[in-house]
Amino acid sequence: MMKCCVAGLTFSLSLMVAVGVGAPAAEKSIKLPEDNPLGQLKPGPNVDVVRSRCLACHSTDYIVLQPASDAKKWEGEVQKMIKVYGAPISEADAQAIVEYLATAYGDNGEKDQKSKTGKAEK
Amino acid sequence: MLALGVIPLLDAGGPWLPGSRGGGSHSAEADDAMAGRPLVRYPEKTDLILLTSRPPQLETPKPYFDRAITPNEAFFVRYHLIPIPTRVDLATWRLRVGGVVDKPLALSMGDLETGFERVSVVAVNQCSGNGRSRFVPRVFGGQWGDGAMGNAEWTGVRLRDLLHAAGMRPGALEVTFKGLDEPAAPSIPDFVKSLTVSRILDDPDILVAYEMNGQPLPMLNGFPARLVVPGWYSTYWVKNLTEITALDHAFDGFWMKTAYRIPDNSCGCVEPGGKPAHTVPINRMNVKSVIASPADGTQVRAGDATVLKGVAFDGGYGITEVLVSSDGAAWQSARLGRDLGRYSFREWSYELKVKQPGALRVMVRAVNRVGESQPAEPLWNPSGYLRNVVDHIDLQVM
Repeated sequence: MMKCCVAGLTFSLSLMVAVGVGAPAAEKSIKLPEDNPLGQLKPGPNVDVVRSRCLACHSTDYIVLQPASDAKKWEGEVQKMIKVYGAPISEADAQAIVEYLATAYGDNGEKDQKSKTGKAEK
Repeated sequence: MLALGVIPLLDAGGPWLPGSRGGGSHSAEADDAMAGRPLVRYPEKTDLILLTSRPPQLETPKPYFDRAITPNEAFFVRYHLIPIPTRVDLATWRLRVGGVVDKPLALSMGDLETGFERVSVVAVNQCSGNGRSRFVPRVFGGQWGDGAMGNAEWTGVRLRDLLHAAGMRPGALEVTFKGLDEPAAPSIPDFVKSLTVSRILDDPDILVAYEMNGQPLPMLNGFPARLVVPGWYSTYWVKNLTEITALDHAFDGFWMKTAYRIPDNSCGCVEPGGKPAHTVPINRMNVKSVIASPADGTQVRAGDATVLKGVAFDGGYGITEVLVSSDGAAWQSARLGRDLGRYSFREWSYELKVKQPGALRVMVRAVNRVGESQPAEPLWNPSGYLRNVVDHIDLQVM
């Protein structure tokens, strides 16, 4: 479990509101904060490939919050990124990414057992 | 006093980040999913629980669900694609209504406000995957806790009035909805959803809404206008709308044909780890209720009265009962709050008097007008949708 630290996420907002009670905003403009610094990838083999191939489309927290999974399940997800979402990732890079995910966010079978215990207790 | 923009990560013990409670219980599994999730403050928003930064997904802390209306600044956020819209100028924004119509329209906000009847509906907006992190076995996808939902009064124009004004032709079968968010590459399927024409024409409550709780929509909840489909999961509630297109054929875009599909049976479920034989697009919400307060793990004194509070809702039949139990066998009726309409959160409260010291699990479930309720055991599907198992909290009675 990750412990706390100060997350310095900043934003700015500019709103130009038309005069009058209940009048709608004539224009709205927002600035989004940077990617969550607490969503950093764990160290692992080929993590640089993950950074260069995955972050173009989404922040790392899309990865790090997923359930710990074995290589077969991670392969399914990576192939979905390529085949379904059209991520431009070579087969070699895909294998490197799967190796990373199965190592850094792998499932040793412990998770399944904890789940079974959770189900049995009523 | 917090410096603007700097949010301390609250330690376990806050009501929205439940502390770890030790092995095997539901609370411990819930804790694993929520532990370490920071509170963040995005534009036009108060502190919300961060799920993902880019595209942003933010969820509402549980204490907000002790009342029917979710304030705009606390309403959850969910986008599929980057870039998301961050600037809209109403002088140039237009809502285009076209396709199989006689008179294609390009409507400004002024046109929407003055050219059509202004109507309102109070309706729950809930993500299909709300509660996904609780699935056992776990599934991939947005690892939501329980906060991907909210209830607001939506104001705007009837979708069917817009289509009528555009002269939608009798041959039209379906209507698609597209917003200002765009895929980062052409190979990524654009976020476009569809509804059948018959669904639209039968339902005066499907709106193009330009107000939320009496205010312009926050950018992150769909400024300047979004689709509102009361009773259905929020995947249909396309934000930052820009195009409405009538088709004379069935729409087969990715986000209808492949994504957001549920097992084609009455429970929308399969055996844990299984695969459905047939699927249909997700649609009407099932019955659901939550305990917003007290927080899981709260200590109470034996002999004291503890007031439980929360909300209940369904897909539009309306809630008729909310029931509370501490043993799963005997259920007592909770008091229901004001009825804001069949699509709205319904507040409930219950005064619990606990006599025996020790651990106490309190459960809640709701019943709707057609007798549907909630399962005692969670139902499973491979996408992590439709979670509506009976909610509970664990109290420590001293």
